[in-house]
Amino acid sequence: MSVKLRVNGQAHELEVDPETPLLWVLRDHLGLSGTKYGCGVAQCGACTVHVDGAPRRACVAPIGSLAGRQVTTIEGASGPHAEAVRATWEGLDVPQCGYCQAGQVMSAIALLERVPTPSDQDIDHAMSGNICRCATYVRIRRAIHSAAASIGGQAGQAEASEAEEER
Amino acid sequence: MSRATLLALTLALTAGCRESRTVTSPSQEQVLPGERGLRSVADFAGISEERERSLALFGELGQVITHPRCVNCHPAGERPLQGEEGFPHQPLVVRGEDNHGAAAMQCATCHGESNFRSIPGNPDWHLAPAEMAWEGKTLAEICAQIKDPARNGDMSLEQLAEHMAHDDLVAYGWKPPAQLEPAPGNQALFGQLVRAWIASGAHCPES
Repeated sequence: MSVKLRVNGQAHELEVDPETPLLWVLRDHLGLSGTKYGCGVAQCGACTVHVDGAPRRACVAPIGSLAGRQVTTIEGASGPHAEAVRATWEGLDVPQCGYCQAGQVMSAIALLERVPTPSDQDIDHAMSGNICRCATYVRIRRAIHSAAASIGGQAGQAEASEAEEER
Repeated sequence: MSRATLLALTLALTAGCRESRTVTSPSQEQVLPGERGLRSVADFAGISEERERSLALFGELGQVITHPRCVNCHPAGERPLQGEEGFPHQPLVVRGEDNHGAAAMQCATCHGESNFRSIPGNPDWHLAPAEMAWEGKTLAEICAQIKDPARNGDMSLEQLAEHMAHDDLVAYGWKPPAQLEPAPGNQALFGQLVRAWIASGAHCPES
């Protein structure tokens, strides 16, 4: 079966069994190995990608259901929220072993795109499906708050600049 | 007396009931046989007293309504339930503002458009609203609740019958992934029982 979809902005037409999980199409067919296999049953979140901008566990997303969809992986994450998350993740040294972090980052970006200033509870509820066996949860939460503040700060700076120009 | 005649008689007995007048008559419809623990409408036709028949029909509906495939997504709290024992959903997910989960952790994060391996699926997988909770309630409480437009999504009995018989997410109850037990019977049979219950006055048990 032929499936057409876009991955990180690039169009692909793949001859693949429609029951193949997106995860294995990304890793084995497209060579995008940033998305990790953790559990295979949507319990750990390591394989989180975005499909049409929303988080999706790639291990339980059959490729046949994704025709015409836009997939974004950790390799293609971009925009102000992705940049802010990347900066705070690096700044706070969030990862330990790092295996789960692609999924953590993709969930964090999705959260900030939807909730610009998330509470601790917003973070807990959004990130509860992303397991970290190094238990970096405290740093993850801090980094999300920090990313939210930096995005808000940038927005605040932009507003101030516009106001200055108007004067 | 044929099953169809018995069913028509059931409807005729309730001709004066406002709520039953608009319910689609199943007289042209084949009366389905019982299946996997859910009895046929025909099995209740011998109960001549209408209220008694109605209560018996609702008791039969209760086998489906209280089944884990239904109750698990009609939880009393903020989290869906899982499995045959109704344990809290893992990973932690919450109802959210629209019953589709929290921001960035929606039902659709894991649940696709159809079942995939062990993961249940539906294009609109979500929890029933809190006012439609069935978990921990008696059949009498559930019965009163599903007849109450304030607690059933503002549905008339006709709309309720249609929902039970044809809603695609309700249909999931009979086609879960292989590791989960389907609800008794099938949706079409369940729908006939709902209509027969409504046609017999939609009586609710008192306790």
